[in-house]
Amino acid sequence: MSLNILAVDDSRTIRDMLSLALSRAGFVTSLAEDGEHGLEVLGNICPDVIITDINMPRLDGFGFIEAVRRQKAYRATPILVLTTESAPELKARARAAGATGWIVKPFDPAKLIRALHMVAGPGVSA
Amino acid sequence: MTTPDPMAEIRASFFIECDELLEALQDGLVQIDSGATDDETVNVCFRAVHSIKGGAGAFGLDELVRFAHRYETVLDEVRSHRLEPTRDAVLLFMRAADILSDIVRNCRDGTTTDPDAVEPTLRELEALTAGVDEEEEITDFQPTGLSLDLGLTDVTAGPAADPVFEITFRPERELFQSGNEPLFLLSALSALGSLETTCDTSALPPLEELDAESAGLAWTLRLTTNRSRSDIEEVFEFVDGLCVLEIVEAAPASESTLPPLPGLADLSGATESADTEAVEGDSTDTVASRLTLTMPDAQDGPDRSDGVAAASGPRVPVLSADPSEPKDGSTATAPRPSAQGTVTRATVRVDLERIERLVNLVGELVINQAMLSQSVAEAGLPANSPVAQGLEEFMQLTRDIQDSVMMIRAQPVKSLFQRMARIVRESSASIGKRVRLVTDGEATEVDKTVIERLADPLTHMIRNAVDHGLEDAETREAAGKPPEGCVQLSAAHRSGRVIIEVSDDGGGIDRKKVRAIAEEKGLVPPGQPLSDSDIDALLFLPGFSTARKVSNLSGRGVGMDVVRKAIQDLGGRVSITSTPGKGTSFSISLPLTLAILDGMVVEAAEETLVVPLGSIVETLMVRNEDMQAVGPDTQVLRIRDSFVPLMDLGVELGFREPLETYSGSVVLLITLEDGTRSAMIVDAIHEQRQVVIKGLQDSYGHIPGIAAATILGDGQVALILDPLDLMTNATGRTRAGEPRLTLAG
Amino acid sequence: MTELTAVQGESSDCELLSFRVGEQEYSVDIMSVREIRGWTRPTPLPHSADYVRGVINLRGTVLPIVDLSRRLGIPVGEASERNVIIVAHIRHQAVGLLVDAVSDILAIPESDMQPPPEMAADSERGFVQSLTIVDGRMLRILDLEAVLPDQAETAA
Repeated sequence: MSLNILAVDDSRTIRDMLSLALSRAGFVTSLAEDGEHGLEVLGNICPDVIITDINMPRLDGFGFIEAVRRQKAYRATPILVLTTESAPELKARARAAGATGWIVKPFDPAKLIRALHMVAGPGVSA
Repeated sequence: MTTPDPMAEIRASFFIECDELLEALQDGLVQIDSGATDDETVNVCFRAVHSIKGGAGAFGLDELVRFAHRYETVLDEVRSHRLEPTRDAVLLFMRAADILSDIVRNCRDGTTTDPDAVEPTLRELEALTAGVDEEEEITDFQPTGLSLDLGLTDVTAGPAADPVFEITFRPERELFQSGNEPLFLLSALSALGSLETTCDTSALPPLEELDAESAGLAWTLRLTTNRSRSDIEEVFEFVDGLCVLEIVEAAPASESTLPPLPGLADLSGATESADTEAVEGDSTDTVASRLTLTMPDAQDGPDRSDGVAAASGPRVPVLSADPSEPKDGSTATAPRPSAQGTVTRATVRVDLERIERLVNLVGELVINQAMLSQSVAEAGLPANSPVAQGLEEFMQLTRDIQDSVMMIRAQPVKSLFQRMARIVRESSASIGKRVRLVTDGEATEVDKTVIERLADPLTHMIRNAVDHGLEDAETREAAGKPPEGCVQLSAAHRSGRVIIEVSDDGGGIDRKKVRAIAEEKGLVPPGQPLSDSDIDALLFLPGFSTARKVSNLSGRGVGMDVVRKAIQDLGGRVSITSTPGKGTSFSISLPLTLAILDGMVVEAAEETLVVPLGSIVETLMVRNEDMQAVGPDTQVLRIRDSFVPLMDLGVELGFREPLETYSGSVVLLITLEDGTRSAMIVDAIHEQRQVVIKGLQDSYGHIPGIAAATILGDGQVALILDPLDLMTNATGRTRAGEPRLTLAG
Repeated sequence: MTELTAVQGESSDCELLSFRVGEQEYSVDIMSVREIRGWTRPTPLPHSADYVRGVINLRGTVLPIVDLSRRLGIPVGEASERNVIIVAHIRHQAVGLLVDAVSDILAIPESDMQPPPEMAADSERGFVQSLTIVDGRMLRILDLEAVLPDQAETAA
């Protein structure tokens, strides 16, 4: 079974690139434009992994992760944070919100795919 | 219509996104400038710059990243209330936004930005965040060019000489809570080389107390790999601090010490058996079961998931909020995302050419419908007949379709106004005036082509207002005005046209001075009676400039005559009103589209022609006593107190020789942008109507005196005149052979 | 670049549309012909060459009309209802060729075509791309680019 991925980012460019990189690696990708939108989409697609930006309108990444973790079904769903900064306190904050890992923007597709495998297994989901 | 390179498409869409983000940034800054200090407004600005930086990094646009990063840092300070957005700071932000948009444009066009234009602002931004230690972060932010070679880890099982790492890994409870899964980490690790796993279950609680997310397992791992230590650390990056981890480089193991590989066993299955063995227990307290995990040739990785994807298909419908979804045939095995679901703002990007085609087709429809109407009228069908009534509805529909199609090309003037805001900032700064720009009606929509061609004349008018219109601060204060000058820019729709106004609250036109200069330059005869509006109109004469000191804004030889010409080329008119001491206002009236022209259909030498309505001042009937011969074959027409050269349209177009007499002929009084007038003789005036403009350049080339063509209701092609071209090349021949006494009258 | 030989390849046949201008027979590559239509009065263009009869409305497109008899210097009577207009595409341009009548569609082997002989004073010179013999009659193959209005050439 291919991995189902929800990618949330307010930048169309980043969404386009995520979508391209993920679909090329054979993932099924769903996109959302901000945290609120991500939560709307979440229920429809039951993602195996969630990738989210932090700075977004309406509901930011921290709020989004917290809201996802509050739902029982997604208590353990891996969530990767897309961030432009790799400052330790940012990582700590993302982790505190419930993030599984992080990808520093601009992301390297190979590294992104490796990170996905690291949190969700080698291309096979449960 | 598929673009071969999806990255090129994303790059193009990135620059479109940048434009949108820059617009949002500008908007936000204007709001902050007018007192909005709420968090969301600041946040919008921050996010705009942040998103530009993010995309720029992906394309390796280092210059853009560097500036955006610094800018973003300052905005972040404002966002976190550590920095007060003072007026000066906001003005700096606006300048920075201007530079940011320059860098974006240069990156798009592949040109470099002049560092001298960037550095001062960059330093000013740095000065605002003097307290924030940031250097580390900058170096931390390493833009990586995005390559889509997903060959993934190019790992082959390490040869015997590869180093061996002894890794101790004991997950803590928090590791599970963060959504991490040790098994996946181990499998990622095994992708790096040959992995030997020893599971330590000694810390496990009894089975009945076992909690899936509780800690207790620990692993001792031996990894034989040619990869570096940092690659191993990368695997554990996400669980750093959530586990006990020790990585020790051991002596290379010889091949023979490794137990035989158990094949490509299902990873979780394999560990399960390890667990079972562990629970059953050995005699020692360190229960160990051994298994070796080896990934299949790592290069199979992506292929394998591809295959799975193809076999199982998409499990759920995929939501794609963006129509610019890259299309790529090479990912045929991957399920294609389909557009569906909640989209906050649905727009499509359409090739302009397709719209042009639609506009043309609708033009055909309008022409066809006019031809049909004419046939119906000629057939003598009564107005209440079903055919005539059906046609009436058809006409209404045609008009609606035409309006709708024109709306597709319509764009709000906002982007244009934002450019003007920048012009105000730059031009006022360069001459040391404080000027505020107030805009109104930014949402007014105008044809995209009109907007593009309006930028230059409007820029000039804005510069003019800042440079000449507004007084300096001392003069203003002496006149009881606020020292900061105000330029207003507004747009509105009025009776099927767009009205754009540029006004200032300056001293108004100094009519005495204007008159003196005009007389001095020989533009008007001294002492000629002139109304206020006549004097104001002198500003539009070529080469007219009232600036005492030539500043670097106006000293470029571009006068209001050029502005007027540009506006007239757009089928528009420009007028001026001024109140001494209160200010000056320029009003531009434009058609909604360039595809349609308001024209006067006339006849000359048995040909039907269209004269742009905008150039016609009035129509007259020629009387013999009003004509005066000048030279051997030209005449002038007396209109009230002035004499206007007379020309015969049929003669000028080479369709006929001058007539014996023009008595009783119809004359169109034409005014050019430079104020010169001419009386154009036509044989008849048919009607005033809108015509669809058809270019001739592509099918034939330039014809002197002719701007374009159109197709009339009878299906015939009619030429549209270019009055300026016609008059500048006019011979003025209105007399054949010897002058006649009767005409000389 | 519009050498028929180059377009059609070596040994293939070339399909030609033949037509009459005055007493002479001409032809053009049928691939460049879009349609044939009856005579419509064109709108004259000011200051144009005498062989440019003006422009007509071809379903919304403004189409210039070249009078081939004037262009080629062949004396004929005034254009009338009997004349036809061949709408041809040359490069990206469309042009209407006013001729007396369309005669036939012919398939001529490339090998049967020969370059026109050097004729210094002939006004046809430069307009004829090649010659061939059909049923004992000489058929001239027109160089379409050469007959385009000069103004259009400079504007293109």
